[in-house]
Amino acid sequence: MTTPAWPALPAVDELVVDEPERHSFRVHRAALSSQELFELELERVFGHCWLYVGHESELPDPGSFVRRRVGTRPVMFVRGQDGRPRVFFNVCPHRGATICRQDRGRTKSFQCFYHAWTFNTEGEFQGGPDMDGYGGEWDRSAVNLAAPARTASYRGFWFLSFDPEIEPLDEYLGPAREYLDLVVDQSESGIEVLPGSQRYTIHANWKLLMENSIDGYHAAPVHVTYFKYAGQVARKAGGTQAAGPSNRYGFGRSLGGGHAAMDVRQSYGRPVARWSPLFGEEAREPIERRRERLRELHGPTKAYRISDVTTNLLVYPNLIINNGVALTIRKVDPVAPDRLESTAWAAAPADESPEMRERRLDSFLTFYGPGGFATPDDVEALESCQEGYTCMEPGYSDVSRGMDRSPTYLDEGGLRGFWRTWQAQMADSEPRNMEEGTARVDWEAARRDWEGEAP
Amino acid sequence: MSGSAASEPSLDPALQRRVEDFLYHEAELLDAWRLDDWLALLTADVAYEIPSTDADTGDLSRELGFVHDDRERVEARVDRLKSRHAHREFPWSRTRRLIANVRVRPDDAGQLGVEANFAIWRFRSDRSDTFVGRYEYRLVEDGDDGLLIAFKRAWLDLERLHPHGTVSILL
Repeated sequence: MTTPAWPALPAVDELVVDEPERHSFRVHRAALSSQELFELELERVFGHCWLYVGHESELPDPGSFVRRRVGTRPVMFVRGQDGRPRVFFNVCPHRGATICRQDRGRTKSFQCFYHAWTFNTEGEFQGGPDMDGYGGEWDRSAVNLAAPARTASYRGFWFLSFDPEIEPLDEYLGPAREYLDLVVDQSESGIEVLPGSQRYTIHANWKLLMENSIDGYHAAPVHVTYFKYAGQVARKAGGTQAAGPSNRYGFGRSLGGGHAAMDVRQSYGRPVARWSPLFGEEAREPIERRRERLRELHGPTKAYRISDVTTNLLVYPNLIINNGVALTIRKVDPVAPDRLESTAWAAAPADESPEMRERRLDSFLTFYGPGGFATPDDVEALESCQEGYTCMEPGYSDVSRGMDRSPTYLDEGGLRGFWRTWQAQMADSEPRNMEEGTARVDWEAARRDWEGEAP
Repeated sequence: MSGSAASEPSLDPALQRRVEDFLYHEAELLDAWRLDDWLALLTADVAYEIPSTDADTGDLSRELGFVHDDRERVEARVDRLKSRHAHREFPWSRTRRLIANVRVRPDDAGQLGVEANFAIWRFRSDRSDTFVGRYEYRLVEDGDDGLLIAFKRAWLDLERLHPHGTVSILL
């Protein structure tokens, strides 16, 4: 499929047409298909954000490492012998060869296979053959492993930035922190990423997957086969839940900073912590115990949010955390204007029983993942749209749902917050209209409503 | 469950022929999208698994994979593929399976451990995807001179689903 050279690219600050007074928001499709804009985006967006690297649990021991691409750069994520996780560019300072040539493992040091230069797990150059061959003035400290300008962790989620001036991670995450807390606080022992990841290419612009992940509007038509299956299984196990997303209490909203979230009250079971016949009778007691414990630790309202509400979180620009029938972390990488690479992991409470873990993984695979009953149809939708962008007419995508009402989960306020942030970075300007698509939520009232208490 | 398998593959030509023919028959059904006929080849307690391209041990009770179906779910998978709403496979892709390197190891419980190599081409939307890997089967007698699949695992040799994006067909 070829992407057209748009004959007249809009100006960079006119790609997003944002008209709240006309209840209209449109995005020019060159933003999703132009090579020129893609290259600009790599610098203006990926060069100035915090980008997800990995989770601390992927590095269980001193010397543990994984390697992957982050924002197109190859990196190594390593726990030093000193116990500290670090990120290095997986590129030898000598001549540029790839140093770390295994996807994961544990090591006491790294040796480049080209000239046998060695580095310790803190990234320091240790030497190579015949170091007498280097002159006395030669600066050895210049050949330590290069690292991104900034790295930081929020509660075990590690990020990097190529921008030395970027605001601290906590500030950048802002309101998204609350959603990360809901994930980590599921368990007193914290969460861990499970072995096995799902890596898949989609022939679509990376931003289409970001949109899709916080778009509730597509759930009913696209995922009809999933809801049918889930309903059948629930009824067979003795539940009476209707198959289908519940709009009775759910909304998608912009959180500010380009971040977005979808919260939908979940009538199905959730491994943490809402029992359903699907999990089997023997899982009822441990799940209900966990549910009670959450109330003790966090109070009824936060416990309600953890136990009963499915959340999909978008951390700008390219991280998704789905916290529904299972917990998944998904990193989305730009490869070309019409290609993205997605990596998805399952995560779970570290202290979860083997039986519950098995059920959770089972639950995961029904919906999430490229072999499940839902994700393949999302992939089809994104690729279909990308193919649509080979046609220059009509030129704009419409992202106008919900501009004159309080956000429901069928509305697109979250997408608009993402696009406004993107537009501002691309045009090097201040984001505008960032209040639109946000919503204040009275979680206490939501809980009372759900639990049938008097308001 | 299963008995302990012979360590060496069987050299019995009749058995080899029988198992190969069964695998060719299975492939023929799948390539023709005769999915109900394919379901009839599975036992009631069948497990159908596709570990991740990033698999550690392939134990899907502990690690994330792509597919981990029991009978009920594989029936739902077939149901889904026959509906017009499995958008990734509507219309159906064209597929062609090649099966090779078939080795048969009978166990002492009368079941057949089978390994084979596979290459599956999938053609759709102006693209072709190739799934390459190794099958592990456990086949049992159906009591009528035929065979049934009690277990089927497809190990993928791909490093990632590139350019495939999904595993939307039965492998």
